[in-house]
Amino acid sequence: MSVRALLTALVAGVVLLGLPRFLGEHHMHVIIQILLFAYLSLCWNILGGFAGQLSFGHALFMAAGAYTSTLLLLHAGISPWIGMIAGGVIAAALGLFIGYLSFRYGIKGTYFALVTLAFTEIARIVALNTPAIGGALGLYIPIQTDDFWHLKFIQKSHYYYVALAFLLVALAVNAWLERSAFGHRLVAIRENEDAAQALGINLLRYKLQATALSAFLTALGGTLFAHYVTFIDPHTLLNMNMALELTIYAIIGGVGTLWGPVLGALFLVPLAEGVRAAFGQSYAGIHLVIYGAVLIGVILFAPDGFIGVLRSIRELRPRRAPAAQSSEARS
Amino acid sequence: MSLDLILQAIVTGILLGGVYSLICVGLTLTFGVMRIINFAHGEFLMIAMYGTYFFSQTFKLEPYAAVIVTLPGLFVLGVLIFHTLIRPILGAEPLNQMLLLVGVSLVLQNGALALFSPDTRSVQSALLYSKIELGEVIISMPRLIAFAVSIAITLALYWQLRFTELGRRIRAAASDRETAALMGINVNRVNLIAFGIGVGCLGIAGPIMMPVYYIVPNIGTFFILIAFVVVVLGGIGNFMGALLASFIVAIAESLGALFMPGSTAPVLPFLLFVLVLLLKPEGLFAGRPQ
Repeated sequence: MSVRALLTALVAGVVLLGLPRFLGEHHMHVIIQILLFAYLSLCWNILGGFAGQLSFGHALFMAAGAYTSTLLLLHAGISPWIGMIAGGVIAAALGLFIGYLSFRYGIKGTYFALVTLAFTEIARIVALNTPAIGGALGLYIPIQTDDFWHLKFIQKSHYYYVALAFLLVALAVNAWLERSAFGHRLVAIRENEDAAQALGINLLRYKLQATALSAFLTALGGTLFAHYVTFIDPHTLLNMNMALELTIYAIIGGVGTLWGPVLGALFLVPLAEGVRAAFGQSYAGIHLVIYGAVLIGVILFAPDGFIGVLRSIRELRPRRAPAAQSSEARS
Repeated sequence: MSLDLILQAIVTGILLGGVYSLICVGLTLTFGVMRIINFAHGEFLMIAMYGTYFFSQTFKLEPYAAVIVTLPGLFVLGVLIFHTLIRPILGAEPLNQMLLLVGVSLVLQNGALALFSPDTRSVQSALLYSKIELGEVIISMPRLIAFAVSIAITLALYWQLRFTELGRRIRAAASDRETAALMGINVNRVNLIAFGIGVGCLGIAGPIMMPVYYIVPNIGTFFILIAFVVVVLGGIGNFMGALLASFIVAIAESLGALFMPGSTAPVLPFLLFVLVLLLKPEGLFAGRPQ
């Protein structure tokens, strides 16, 4: 790591840690949402970006985490920190099941997207009709005390620090994928399955590993989401808009890149908040109109997302020194 | 469980299947010709239904009369969307093509939510309560009309695709875009017309469904998921397959409502979908694997 990168990291660290001191509750709420969706988007990015298997099923994995930890807390008093691991394991198992059934027969691309959407829809209908997990009414998480062990905070800033830690973990996992042999194999599968197979890469195995990892981490985010909003139900967690939303951040920011999903959430979440504030409660889905419009614009004019645009701007600028080449690997 | 109830469910399923077929042939047509999954198909149907609603509210006419507006309206809408959004990405990756239409779907659905509110709306029709009774089995008139019109249009489209010059061109472009172009077929034009017809079908579906269904802005989500299931079951791009699969899905749905607990019946089409994708991903009626 160069001196410049170290300095950047240091400044970013100080700014991020000090941020809650300068912002009010509402701004904190927006920022926590940015962190949460950036995290979820990075988790999606493992399967949808690096491995190139576009999934509309991540709402299901997120719901698995939210429901498992909430039910364990409500019925057995188990800490959400343990509950989220249980949720992650269940999500990974679901991912392996869906993935095995699909990848075994070479279902990929748009077909895989539709299969994952079908499973999300099945889960929504089942959840709506299962009173034991709240049914259509959903589940409330009682707010008791300020308690780290129960993921309950009075101050929003504490959720901010937890979400920030989550995001750093997801960034580390994505950064590892960019460098590791495992990540390179996933990219090889994404770019050309036949060639990857010819090189001796076991397609099924790596796709399943990517699915399990992606689903597990997504479920952890689901738990955090549930405890932050303190209410979960099938309408919010398992609806098709949530399934689509989770894919959009990465697509807009730049699929399969480290910073793309973060950029996507950084751009879209405040935009959605602003639009909601401007139009008020009477226009419930108005932010999704914006998401859709941005998505159309990106696919038409910048298919590589914001990251792609930034890269091409950088390439347009004259190179000052050969050192500029090494920065390519970092971006 | 009495036999009459089962019979009634099957009849309802068959009537419903007719309507599904009209929605699905449009989707399978665009997929067959352009290899694009029109994710916004359900939203176009939603627009046709709102068009019908406002037409019959404004002019105090039977909802069926709205077809004089919705049919050309939807065709033009399809052509416009194709021209401005889809043509530029025809050569792009399939996933990006689908995502573009996901974007269109989000804009239309949530735009409708903002404009029309989530309230349910329904129309009045003189035929609403008229029915035919065959023993214990009751056939409601609006459902019968929807069924008959849908089947007629579906078969007419099939005939056109099979036996007319335009149909030959569409099929040629579907089976091999480049060779078709070399044979002097204006593939671009064929794509445009196919997309226009596919969306235009919904301009007929809207008015005939309006007396049977109430409408909400996200009604498209329900129908698009059903349509995906039907199209995949029937084999993507397979016209007759889509027609048969429409009946299978609809009958499964209405029988499921009888036997399955609570309101879990809508799960059945998706379970069927998942099963078919796993066991026979090329579709139930495909002659040869891909």
